[in-house]
Amino acid sequence: MNWSVIVPLLLFLVIIFIIGFWASTYLKTSDSFLQEYFLGGRQLGGFILAMTMTATYGSASSFIGGPGAAYTQGLGWVLLSMAQLATGYFVLMILGKKFAIVTRKYKAVTLVDFLKERYESKWVVLLSAASIIIFLFSAMAAQWVGGARLIESITGLSYTSALFLFAASVMIYVIIGGFRAVALTDAVQGSIMFIGTLILLIATIIAGGGIPNIISDLTAENPNLISPYGFDGGLTPLYVSSFWILVGVGVVGLPQITVRAMSYKNAKSMHRAIIIGTVVIGFIMLGMHLIGVFARSVLPGIEVADTVMPLLTMEVLPSWLAGLVLAAPMAAIMSTVDSLLLLVSSAVVKDVYLNYIKPDASNQRVKNLSFGVTTVLGVLVFLIALSPPDLIIWLNLFSFGGLEAAFIWPVVMGLYWRSGNKYGAIASMVVGVGSYMIIHLYFPNPFGIHTVVLPILFSLVAFVLGSMIGKQRQKASAYVA
Amino acid sequence: MKHGIDEHDSRFKIARREAWIGIILVIINFVWWYGFAYGLGSESVEEYGYVFGLPAWFFYSCVGGFVLMVVLVTLAVKYFFKEVPFDDEQEETS
Repeated sequence: MNWSVIVPLLLFLVIIFIIGFWASTYLKTSDSFLQEYFLGGRQLGGFILAMTMTATYGSASSFIGGPGAAYTQGLGWVLLSMAQLATGYFVLMILGKKFAIVTRKYKAVTLVDFLKERYESKWVVLLSAASIIIFLFSAMAAQWVGGARLIESITGLSYTSALFLFAASVMIYVIIGGFRAVALTDAVQGSIMFIGTLILLIATIIAGGGIPNIISDLTAENPNLISPYGFDGGLTPLYVSSFWILVGVGVVGLPQITVRAMSYKNAKSMHRAIIIGTVVIGFIMLGMHLIGVFARSVLPGIEVADTVMPLLTMEVLPSWLAGLVLAAPMAAIMSTVDSLLLLVSSAVVKDVYLNYIKPDASNQRVKNLSFGVTTVLGVLVFLIALSPPDLIIWLNLFSFGGLEAAFIWPVVMGLYWRSGNKYGAIASMVVGVGSYMIIHLYFPNPFGIHTVVLPILFSLVAFVLGSMIGKQRQKASAYVA
Repeated sequence: MKHGIDEHDSRFKIARREAWIGIILVIINFVWWYGFAYGLGSESVEEYGYVFGLPAWFFYSCVGGFVLMVVLVTLAVKYFFKEVPFDDEQEETS
């Protein structure tokens, strides 16, 4: 085992635990357990808000899969990844103050709470809670597998012990500290992601003998690598542009991101978060993917794309610094997983149990239940990640686009279009998720655009038509009653 | 609508305006990104110009686009975004 790499990683875990324990002291003093546990008492400041949004969004794919793809595709993939710059400002500007004000009036703790009060429909609640539980549970399992594989490859532990180490560390601070612990650890993890990117970018450029040298290496190997069209010319402008929907503007519909848009303290925090978030996400995405491309000149001939980032780190950095930089993808995975765990737990406790099973549960009971459900979910994900069944892998492929197609219009139109109603919301969710699955299975990337684009258009049409038809039905039944 | 949500609340007018600013920014972002990437990048690779060692299309589209958006977002927030209170009545006991 390589101790000089492992020690910085262990230090990182210790810091995360201390934050978790510290955050848990807030839970004892807060008079509303639910608001505190699932939303941090709506007290986030600008820096923490920006970091928790960035870190939750940036996952295994930004640090492992993304740089690997850039290694294969060249600068065209960096271009594609820059569509994500928009997430830094777009989500907070669109949901913005209106979402903050309205969710406070509704006393909403989860995204589903907001939908429930806005549309006043049991079906909207059940459909949305089900989508969150199914899709995010699968996404979480996939991220845990990624986290464990990473620990496995860095430390040389067996997969099972690596998974156990990973699961135990995430669960402890999420269970005891709730949202505040998640957000604060996200801030630390986000900073590590930022610093790790910076260090690795500089080291890679130096190892490659400067940017002009690296670029001429790439040109000599295959000129397509420095064109916007990918190594074989396969990245068409239309296809690359359609990622602006999937990983740019569509992110407004991801529940793990939207819930953060109701957690901040005041308008000032939101303003700061927009600026900081844009800088941080832009830098991480540009830096990490560029590192992936440059790696090709430093370490040519890597076969498995996912190993590019760990191998490169070990190659260009002294081992103690490599440990710090390798904490970055760990941080990225942990900061995504912790938010998902808490969100699925809130969907079970708040959206299903408190809404339909026992609305008058006491504060103490809710507290025990929240700890209990979070623990059980964590253990379940652990068991599934030990040997992930095909169904989970399959569902995980849908989770990102599926959630966007389900939630984007019920959330955005629910805020800004007064005539939107429950018929529109239900139609939009069913059509969005349904058409996403069908297109994904039978007509992937139709007309050369990413699969997610059409379902998002369809669900918009369904929302508008559903709301208009539903309104007439409501009027008609109002006369009868 | 219930919960005393008044659609004519002046804060909502501000929120709506800021959402439009978000949409305008994302359109500028996209046009800049697309224009430089495929405007300069579609030439043959031998014709490429270079800035700081990077192909010019990439430098302007991705690096320049990033810097441009940080500047535009900062300006928009500083000059067009208004601070409003989120809790109107203090009678809430949550």
